[in-house]
Amino acid sequence: MLLTGFITGFCNGLFGSGGGTIAVPAMVHILGMEEHESHATALSVIMPLALISSTVYLKNDLLHWDIIWRVALGGVVGGVIGAYILDWVSTYWLRKIFACFMIAAAVRMFF
Amino acid sequence: MMLFIIGLVSGIISGMGIGGGTVLIPALVFIVGSSQQLAQGVNLAAFLPTALIAIIIHTKNKYIKYRIALYLFLFGLLGAYFGAKLAVHLSSQLLRRFFGVFLLCMGIYEFFRKGDKNRKSENRSKK
Repeated sequence: MLLTGFITGFCNGLFGSGGGTIAVPAMVHILGMEEHESHATALSVIMPLALISSTVYLKNDLLHWDIIWRVALGGVVGGVIGAYILDWVSTYWLRKIFACFMIAAAVRMFF
Repeated sequence: MMLFIIGLVSGIISGMGIGGGTVLIPALVFIVGSSQQLAQGVNLAAFLPTALIAIIIHTKNKYIKYRIALYLFLFGLLGAYFGAKLAVHLSSQLLRRFFGVFLLCMGIYEFFRKGDKNRKSENRSKK
């Protein structure tokens, strides 16, 4: 569990994302927690961790607020929309399609 | 406007419980042409307000397991610091490659993860 915490923080700091992708499955499979609780707990851990990583980025002039506020505004509006339409669409196929996009983007980023 | 739309799309995806940052970062790199570090910084900072709101809602619903959260947080601290330190010292090119590998792993995991079909059965019947 301690290792999980470290890896979660490390990836989240190094890649600026993905802490939840590590923490949630770890909690579900290793600790046997429920999915919902895992999501909520992961979020409460990653938020302060992201804050710490942000300060490191900030000190190195890597936080450009003119970009951030526009994206964040869109993110908040989108988050609300996403939470609402969750009840109307099947996330099963959406995940599969989304996974293909991730893989395609990953390949492009590598080369 | 483009930045708002990118934020909107990744927000919708993360609101549905699928990783939003995994869309946001590649979108910023490929569409806006930002460096890898800059895109990651945007994701980190833009995540904070949304996460805070979600945490408040989760706290009210009593979903957060505080003891586990504390343990994870304490060791996560070290990781968060050193991970970020490493990120700012790598070249954008190299960090992008590492991110690509990480994204590939997440994509494969996302593709093959199980259990969702049953969990969302009540939603599927609405179609």
